[in-house]
Amino acid sequence: MTAATQTPPAVEAGYNYGYLNEQTKRMIRRAILKAVAIPGYQVPFAGREMPMPYGWGTGGIQLSASILGPEDVFKVIDQGADDTTNAVSIRKFFAKVTGVKTTERTGDATVIQTRHRIPETPLKDGQIMVYQVPIPEPLRWVEPRETETRTMHALEEYGVMHVQLYEDIARHGRIATNFMYPVKVNGRYIMSPSPIPKFDNPKLDNSPALHIFGAGREKRIYAIPPHTEVRSLDFEDYPFEVETWDGCCALCGATDSYLDEVILNDAGERMFVCSDTDYCATRRGQGHTGPMADREDISELTGDKPETQDKNA
Amino acid sequence: MTTLPHPMIRVRGITKKYGEMIGCRDISFDLWPGEVMGIVGESGSGKSTLLGCLSGRLEPTTGSVGYASREFGDIDVHGCAEPVRRKLLRTELGVVHQNPRDGLRLGVTAGANLGERLMSVGARHYGDIRAEALKWLAEVEIEAGRIDHFPKTFSGGMQQRLQIACNLITQPRIVFMDEPTGGLDVSVQARLLDLLRNLVSRLGLSVIIVTHDLAVARLLAHRLMVMQRGQVVETGLTDQVLDDPQHPYTQLLVSSILQA
Amino acid sequence: MYVAVKGGEQAIENAHRLMAEERRGEPSVPELTVEQILQQMRLAVDRVMSEGALYDPWLAALAVKQARGDLVEATFLLRAYRTTLPRLYDSLPVDTTAMEVRRRISATFKDIPGGQVLGPTFDYTHRLLDFGLAAGFQPTPATAGKSETMGEGNGEPPLSRVMDLLAEEGLVDRPGCGGEGEEEDARPVGDITRDPPTYPAARDVRLQNLARGDEGFLLALGYSSQRGFGDNHPFAGEIRMGEVAVSICPDELGFEVEIGDITASECEMVTSFKGSKDELPRFTRGYGLSFGYNERKVLAMSLVDRSLQARELGEDIDAPSQDEEFVLSHSDNVEAQGFVQHLKLPHYVDFQADLVMIRSMRAEILKRAVSKTETEEAA
Repeated sequence: MTAATQTPPAVEAGYNYGYLNEQTKRMIRRAILKAVAIPGYQVPFAGREMPMPYGWGTGGIQLSASILGPEDVFKVIDQGADDTTNAVSIRKFFAKVTGVKTTERTGDATVIQTRHRIPETPLKDGQIMVYQVPIPEPLRWVEPRETETRTMHALEEYGVMHVQLYEDIARHGRIATNFMYPVKVNGRYIMSPSPIPKFDNPKLDNSPALHIFGAGREKRIYAIPPHTEVRSLDFEDYPFEVETWDGCCALCGATDSYLDEVILNDAGERMFVCSDTDYCATRRGQGHTGPMADREDISELTGDKPETQDKNA
Repeated sequence: MTTLPHPMIRVRGITKKYGEMIGCRDISFDLWPGEVMGIVGESGSGKSTLLGCLSGRLEPTTGSVGYASREFGDIDVHGCAEPVRRKLLRTELGVVHQNPRDGLRLGVTAGANLGERLMSVGARHYGDIRAEALKWLAEVEIEAGRIDHFPKTFSGGMQQRLQIACNLITQPRIVFMDEPTGGLDVSVQARLLDLLRNLVSRLGLSVIIVTHDLAVARLLAHRLMVMQRGQVVETGLTDQVLDDPQHPYTQLLVSSILQA
Repeated sequence: MYVAVKGGEQAIENAHRLMAEERRGEPSVPELTVEQILQQMRLAVDRVMSEGALYDPWLAALAVKQARGDLVEATFLLRAYRTTLPRLYDSLPVDTTAMEVRRRISATFKDIPGGQVLGPTFDYTHRLLDFGLAAGFQPTPATAGKSETMGEGNGEPPLSRVMDLLAEEGLVDRPGCGGEGEEEDARPVGDITRDPPTYPAARDVRLQNLARGDEGFLLALGYSSQRGFGDNHPFAGEIRMGEVAVSICPDELGFEVEIGDITASECEMVTSFKGSKDELPRFTRGYGLSFGYNERKVLAMSLVDRSLQARELGEDIDAPSQDEEFVLSHSDNVEAQGFVQHLKLPHYVDFQADLVMIRSMRAEILKRAVSKTETEEAA
């Protein structure tokens, strides 16, 4: 059931295309345009209640609902995978209310909605990434008041942000933020790239794709237009660094992708696999293998039917 | 930029009213580089109000404060743009509050407090920031090992010295102080005053210091302004004003100092 | 075994089916109808309408059934449905003075014009579980003779408001008149469903936010204001419950048309006075209004409304109930439950990032400790 691209049935009767009414879509598109015009700046918008709870992607969903059209090909991932439960739920929702073609192949998608990862496959000109954002305000943990943070952004008073990084180094000997790592966009606004691991931050810098970020509960939209400078905050003598692993993906052997840790049994045996399921599957399709690719007791990972496991149990 | 001597601050007709109540009325004077001006008077005389207006934190009802800025040239402190004023308050203008907790972030370490000033104007080298912070801790006689401690754990006197260091680290040209030794016990006061006198003269700072304590004024200030009910009743060189007061109110103030 | 997320689509479908089964419960027990909920669990329905911000008792009852009695979940259902509805008109302000009153009490005066009516209240019941109710129960009719409603609906003159009587004497400001006098009334009313929240927020926007706010949250905040976290000496000036007419004035017609009536609850609190030796002292006020019979909600709402006026009244703001941003950002249980419950979603990618860092830091520290020991031993 993991065909690369599916054409689902037509739009379910009773819903406007994309679920939201046309006025709402127009309002959101205007907010997106403002956001693109001021890279990294959080544009307030009058978000709507959606049939999913706040915190479960309503911001990203409202963005996708406003930009999807009949010609689009839509991919949804959560933690890098297409088949995590919430990604499945969101994909089904859009199939129901737009009839849009869906895909698991990063290369085939025109719009990719994501929670917590950027795909490993490099993005292309013309693609749009839609991010689900829980807390859009990068200064929120140093300053809980909205009135204050707005002023700080307006006057480019970002000293406190670096204070946090300084404190990390003073206490831990390094910057201790590993995801939702703040960035400076186009040399002006400090922005939260959403809870992606810092591993993915470099993918935002000078990217050919358009990246738009939606926070439904907090009612903010922001954007990074294509080919914009995005720099992760750091110190000259403590430069920004990404995560590394000692090994490679156990299934496909990749050494350049973000790896998920999987605990295999009560004996504590561990395996590391690509978080990006499409990237891993593509590599395996090309013949790459990793050290654990032929282990039969983890056949679920490679996509075989559960019967295979029962036979070996 | 002209090399002729130029007042650092030009105060003209500063008046601040709260509704019908007068905070201060029609104050004018010049302050020259390297000068320390003391503003004395009892509580309610309007000294803190005046200081607020001079340092750009309180908008006067009428009047102007001209300041010769290192970065922006001659500006009107209240007429200039908000970002300019806010930046000046982080760099060229220092403000030492009576209560050090008003001038510090209690939830971050001493080093971070000092570093924030530097980072807010673009310092991005951790090692350099830290070295600078250590240097200034030494200047205010705080032990280097306390750089990673939180100000909550400091004594009142130490917090005040930290606040002073935070103001000096960006090399301000002028520092505004509001009762900097208020609330400290006598021996701690003496030590702090000594430190202040040293720093001011070594760094060539201009200072406007508000105090009700004439001994502090005599120790630190070159010139004095005596305020009563919002107005300046007497000004002159410190020793002159204190040794030979002309105005009846000044005479009252001076005579009420308890003889040691 | 690692099966956390593969086969997600099938798992979701099975979960839905299981939930539907559990919702039905024992098949031999008669199925609950929406009508039964509407009639016999009316207070649940009213709460869902209030927080769902939609007046439709039948839909709210359906939501309660679909949510298996979970009222926060039911509120979410109703609110999501509300999003799909087109907005046709803004009604005229509802006139609660013209309410067909089923309950009306005041704690500020022993007697008030029009009298007090206890109405259908839990107050003064003894909270003893009634096992007779389990056996089935035919209620004895309430005392005949007195009409059960008062006021305009009965052809009587409209019940004057206690607060208006106080206002006439100048003892309390009229609503909409604060320190700024008449200008307040002229500004257009804000709309929290159209405009994103900004701070500071004006009173109209605050009240809209509180009207759909979670009752438990407002109850706790109101309670805290009574216990000293905030300045409040509240007196219940008037509490009303009953039916009010809803009218619109379409441009096409140019005159008012009544489109129906709704049940509403209203509370006006008289709270601590302001003023001084020279400024005429008068009481301040708090206001609560809700769809349906939601008395506890409107009482709490009025206390929080008063607390949030601290800024306009120039009071020190040091209690949570006075903190506008804190109260208004956290009052909506649809938002709150979404974000709290989102913690159930997978977060393993970010957790992995922290794991990698912590393991590496621990390794460094332990390595340093080992080499330090070795150096000491060598010396």
